[in-house]
Amino acid sequence: MKFKDTLENYIFVAPAVAIFSIFYIIPFIWVFQLGMFEWDGISFTKTFIGLANFKEIFMQDRSWWQAMWNATYITLIALTLQNILAFMLAWACDREIRMKNFYRVVFFIPPVLSEVVVGMVWRFIINDIDGANIINRMFAGIGLPHLMHNWLSDPQTALTTVALVHCWKGFGWGFLIFLAGLQTIPRELYEAARVDGANAWQSFKKITIPLMIPVVVVVAILTVLGTMQVFVLIVSLVGGEFAGHTSVPVLRILASMRGSSRFGYACAQGITFGMVLVAISFIQYRFSKKSR
Amino acid sequence: MQGVAYYKTKKIITNTIIHIFLISVAITCLYPLLWMIISSLKTQDMIFKDISLIPHQFRFENYVQAWREGGFGRNFLNSMIYTTSVVFGIVMISSMAAYAFSRLRFPGSKFLFFMFMAAMMIPIPGSFVALYVLLNKLHLRNTPFGYILCMINVGLSTSIFLLKTFFDKMPKELEDAARIDGCSKLGIWFHVALPLAKPVLAVVIVLNALTVWNEYILALIIFDNRQYMPLQVALQSFQGEFVTNYPLLMAGLTITALPIIIIYLFMQKYIVKGVTQGALVG
Repeated sequence: MKFKDTLENYIFVAPAVAIFSIFYIIPFIWVFQLGMFEWDGISFTKTFIGLANFKEIFMQDRSWWQAMWNATYITLIALTLQNILAFMLAWACDREIRMKNFYRVVFFIPPVLSEVVVGMVWRFIINDIDGANIINRMFAGIGLPHLMHNWLSDPQTALTTVALVHCWKGFGWGFLIFLAGLQTIPRELYEAARVDGANAWQSFKKITIPLMIPVVVVVAILTVLGTMQVFVLIVSLVGGEFAGHTSVPVLRILASMRGSSRFGYACAQGITFGMVLVAISFIQYRFSKKSR
Repeated sequence: MQGVAYYKTKKIITNTIIHIFLISVAITCLYPLLWMIISSLKTQDMIFKDISLIPHQFRFENYVQAWREGGFGRNFLNSMIYTTSVVFGIVMISSMAAYAFSRLRFPGSKFLFFMFMAAMMIPIPGSFVALYVLLNKLHLRNTPFGYILCMINVGLSTSIFLLKTFFDKMPKELEDAARIDGCSKLGIWFHVALPLAKPVLAVVIVLNALTVWNEYILALIIFDNRQYMPLQVALQSFQGEFVTNYPLLMAGLTITALPIIIIYLFMQKYIVKGVTQGALVG
């Protein structure tokens, strides 16, 4: 009876565990195995080369580190610009103010759209046709025609433009989390501070900031993890790696896999990248533990 | 002494500044979307000349053309099928598992639950390479079924987490009553626990529907044939084909974006809940 009972309980988790084992655990193990082989994805024979793939990544692959730097650059812009904007908006909405719901609904529209749609629409707005280039028309309109520019087809500005569109797509999401965090701060704290004679800035600095640090850390970790892995936006906005100017790690992995048919090398790149991501989020997590 | 009037004016000024700030950001959010929709209703040569947001005529033919000649109808249907079947699969599979993790006792349950949670934390950016190899071996690559299974896996961990948190807080009395009435475990899960979990199921459904509808990378590596592709990937080849026809491309983008915006506007309460819960608890 007891045995039958336990067996029955396993039926509940069986489908989830089966799908998870096949489509998560097996690929997870294979990534580590394949990382040590040279393989084109089709042949029956794989050549074991040990850690040579990793050696190549660290010693020779300059385009990989260029891609890592590009992703870091976008991430730094997202961490600062996007999150500061999100925090300011959340702070502005965290009060008795009209149309609060309207703002909340509107700010979260960009995050629900797909990166393909966002990329193509923005590409259409800021680059493709001179006639429809709103940003350029605006510069011409306010008397600054020398600022008119093909933002996405200039290697100098392409990456920054990508980063800005990425921020446009992502800030609403940080806004929501910040706002939820701000609303957990008891109003009485602000009341008490005001009675004691604190001004708005003081109570912001002494109450809001310290209580929000855990939320800020969560948003920072998620921003880093999300932004470092960005690539769909780049494909739809720029069209590809743009001779390395807008290449990012995931695009490099895809190129190793589909472009040069080096499946083992693609896996090794994936592992290297995954380790970096885990390390970053671990450091940020430790940092948050300390400051709490 | 500063009077009440001083504070009132000060408050009005602050509020006005805040509103200007918020409204300007809101306009930046909405403008590209309006631009997309309006452009999809223009003719090709009007797009170059007329940048106002009010078109002189509405060319709904663009949509018909994108739907038929662009082959978008097929891809739209694909996206619908993938989204509904993946979401249905996730709801069934993850609610069963979450119910077991919350209520039933069996050896290894803690470990299995921990495994799902660990998967949520560890990013493996190269996993699609191995997934491609695996699907090839299973002869599931370039098949809708393979894609659906992969996408169910993508949503499992978060859904189990959300549902288990809910079941843990749910009172057990109703289930006890059902058990005394002779209901089986599966019966209790389906007839008692699932209906009670409606609010959190809504969150699970909406979040996963968004993910599947917007998914790109797996669809890119799994499908070779345009006839199986969901909208997001088909848009790329669509862009290649109609590279000069902007109104048609914008019509395609609108077809892709509109369902998600509508779902969002109707279900935004649940999306907000899911996003903040997932981030703040996890």
